[in-house]
Amino acid sequence: MTEIYKTDALIAQDIDAYLDTHQHKTMLRFITCGSVDDGKSTLIGRLLYDSKMIFEDQLATLEADSKRVGTQGDAIDFALLVDGLAAEREQGITIDVAYRFFSTEKRKFIVADTPGHEQYTRNMVTGASTADLAVILIDARKGVLTQTRRHSYLAHLLGIRHLVLAVNKMDLVGYDRAVFDRIVAEYRAFAESIGIVDFTPIPISGLAGDNITTRSNQTPWFEGPVLLEHLEVVELDQSANQRNAFRMPVQWVNRPNLDFRGFSGTIAAGQIHAGDEIRVLPSGKTSRISRIVAHGGDLDMAVAGQAITLCFEDEIDCSRGQVITAANAPVEVADQFEASVIWMDEEELVPGRAYWLKIGPQTVSATVAQPKYQVNVNTMEHLAAKTLDLNAIGVANITTDRDIPFTAYAESRDLGGFILIDKMTNRTVGAGLIHFALRRAQNIHWQATDTSRTHHASLKNQKPMVLWMTGLSGSGKSTIANLVERKLARMNRHTFLLDGDNVRHGLNKDLGFTDADRVENIRRVGEVAKLMTDAGLIVITAFISPFRSEREMVRAMMQPGEFMEIFIDTPLEEAEARDVKGLYAKARAGQLKNFTGIDSPYEPPEAPQIRIDTTQTTPEQAADLIIAALIP
Amino acid sequence: MSSHTLTHLQRLEAEAIHIMREVVTQADAPVMLYSVGKDSAVMLHLAKKAFYPSPPPFPLLHVDTTWKFRDMYALRDRAARAAGMQLLVHQNPDAQRQGINPFDHGGLHTDMWKTEGLKQALDLHGFDAAFGGARRDEEKSRAKERIFSFRTASHRWDPKNQRPELWRTYNARKNKGESMRVFPLSNWTELDIWQYIHLENIEIVPLYYAAERPTVIRDGLMLMVDDDRFPLKGETPVMRSIRFRTLGCYPLTGAVESRAQTLPQIIQEMLLTTTSERQGRAIDHDQAASMEKKKQEGYF
Repeated sequence: MTEIYKTDALIAQDIDAYLDTHQHKTMLRFITCGSVDDGKSTLIGRLLYDSKMIFEDQLATLEADSKRVGTQGDAIDFALLVDGLAAEREQGITIDVAYRFFSTEKRKFIVADTPGHEQYTRNMVTGASTADLAVILIDARKGVLTQTRRHSYLAHLLGIRHLVLAVNKMDLVGYDRAVFDRIVAEYRAFAESIGIVDFTPIPISGLAGDNITTRSNQTPWFEGPVLLEHLEVVELDQSANQRNAFRMPVQWVNRPNLDFRGFSGTIAAGQIHAGDEIRVLPSGKTSRISRIVAHGGDLDMAVAGQAITLCFEDEIDCSRGQVITAANAPVEVADQFEASVIWMDEEELVPGRAYWLKIGPQTVSATVAQPKYQVNVNTMEHLAAKTLDLNAIGVANITTDRDIPFTAYAESRDLGGFILIDKMTNRTVGAGLIHFALRRAQNIHWQATDTSRTHHASLKNQKPMVLWMTGLSGSGKSTIANLVERKLARMNRHTFLLDGDNVRHGLNKDLGFTDADRVENIRRVGEVAKLMTDAGLIVITAFISPFRSEREMVRAMMQPGEFMEIFIDTPLEEAEARDVKGLYAKARAGQLKNFTGIDSPYEPPEAPQIRIDTTQTTPEQAADLIIAALIP
Repeated sequence: MSSHTLTHLQRLEAEAIHIMREVVTQADAPVMLYSVGKDSAVMLHLAKKAFYPSPPPFPLLHVDTTWKFRDMYALRDRAARAAGMQLLVHQNPDAQRQGINPFDHGGLHTDMWKTEGLKQALDLHGFDAAFGGARRDEEKSRAKERIFSFRTASHRWDPKNQRPELWRTYNARKNKGESMRVFPLSNWTELDIWQYIHLENIEIVPLYYAAERPTVIRDGLMLMVDDDRFPLKGETPVMRSIRFRTLGCYPLTGAVESRAQTLPQIIQEMLLTTTSERQGRAIDHDQAASMEKKKQEGYF
């Protein structure tokens, strides 16, 4: 009955013919999603088993394991084949993305096996990001569940165009057509509501093997393709993508000697031929392709998905992160976007904080604004949100520190999908899908003024500077800042003191003390301080500014050499003992939330220009030390 | 416009090249681990393609146990020279001093020569990214391995603390002392490797092809007596037509009886056999989750 795997005879008789077939196979990547007990691992185990990807020794282990920890009595528990890590075996659940391989005579398949638990949205998004197709598993006895909706939404969000609705455990509902039809109708109503235009429903049983590799006698009423048949013929995204305009992000400049300069990358879309006219973005410079270089001889043409090296006829600038496009169909360039953001880290998103944004080979510094809304992935409702925590998905504006070439994610995963990286821990904390560029950035131009910052400073006969004092509440920042300003005034220096408490009465009166508000507080103070240095002033600031990232953000805003980080180092016990404003007592009594040092962290500077140990130094001495550093 | 659908091997090749180019631009000191096996041979071939006409911009590192087959040492030196790459060979001096060997020391042999030796070599040269030829289809715990696998400053692999990998956007940023192991062949299967070797005409160690070789059978493994360090316990080596499906230290690597003398014959045999590749290696037989445990300790 099964034609699909009838390869053994061919292998034995004519290995060359077999190899020729295998060599011309295409590849489909798909993801399986389902809830904990929907039989996902069993289905994958069955596909591997039926495609002979399980060897005798593995089978022996499987049989032994099935008896020991299996859930199928003495029968083989296929799920054990794919539940890999020891920790998972103990918990009896899959906790990460695993990749499996099998092949038929037509295709090689890579399956991303992702867990069904709610807290693991992150893994499903990871698996979906490289998939052409998603198999959504439903337990025929349970119908469309919350998880079904969530998985379908995520698959659709990540741009998977082919969906299979596998209604599993048909054996447990007597292969009843009415049950199948009802589930399909219910799913169709939901799918249409979120913009899924098409899906392929199939009634299966992973355990009994119905309609997986072979057509089942139990479902004579079903006329559609069986699962594997469908997987073998579905059109590949990669083929469709070759018909789009040419795009290739540059990964590496290949420069073995002075006579050769090539640009290496993986083609994201379209095709390229020797002689084609191209454009490099963001610069917009144009040239023609002189050579498509490959090991073993130049190529006449190359297509989406190939990793190649291009040479230009003209010597135009081009480097890693720039994008080579068809000359007449360039991509957009912008520094502000609206994007869907999926948060993947235990530590929540801090709006306004600078993260690394990596899009293709390019890495830039970027900030995420407070989300416009968060999506409830179970009901698709839009909820108000101040931040995004682990596994949350929202829509927010993103600002990068320079122009980047891009396309909407819907058009290209390579040019519209990005990851966010925490600058301190280097963890990948989020993923984003670009919707569109915000026009604002392009329309507000920088207004050039005639009196330059150098002029302002020279009028005052001083070098502008920010003296940034950081330390716990009650450490003595304000006292020392005030002394420094008085002494500088006596020396005829033009100064201005920005004090944390005072700024919160006006400029920042709308901000509270959550992490996100603290970041915004510091960002605004940084911008004000920057304007003041442009005016030629010496700015003294006294803010707790507890996070390293934000202090680094302010440093980056200033001209090089115009930012001095001063750590007013007072141990917590000492500051708490002084408790000048009675705040520690309140915080300890639970009347003040998010108080630095008590229930909100303080990250001390790692290499401040000046460190003042207030247990050893008087405020007078501290002020003198600072001034000595400022005016040598 | 015509369509040129890429075959699965073309896609796997492009993916591996993409990964290698990401590593050389993101890492400060990359290195390619080269074990002289068939996977290493494919990896080296892909590296030549990825950077052509430049030579691959990193050295090869062989973490040597001194117990490899003689044929492997010969090919190793020749392949590195042909690629125009520097070859670094590291032998753990502690293991050497203590005379650690696979006959007397069991698991300690792998631990000292390979796991410890690798860590020493990476620290010694300050490498922060090391390419390895591991594949996800080899073993269950590998199926969940990232392509860019993050290691702590003490080289430990924490399965719970790996970075999500989306699209082909890889995050190789790390703090000082931390490193990455990178597996460009993650999505290849054993069949893909063989087919690619066949198509691209890649030179591999002759031990993969069947020939008459001196053997003894011990603990269920058919071992080849490759040199006179092999302590015979009253056994007389028997000449058999054998070949190897996987190559490691010769006293730990089981051979199979075979007449396959060409690549298509090898592939044919592989497809018709019913035991998995790693079964020929003594290392995996210890316990069910042994590979995962070894990885946490820093084994590649």
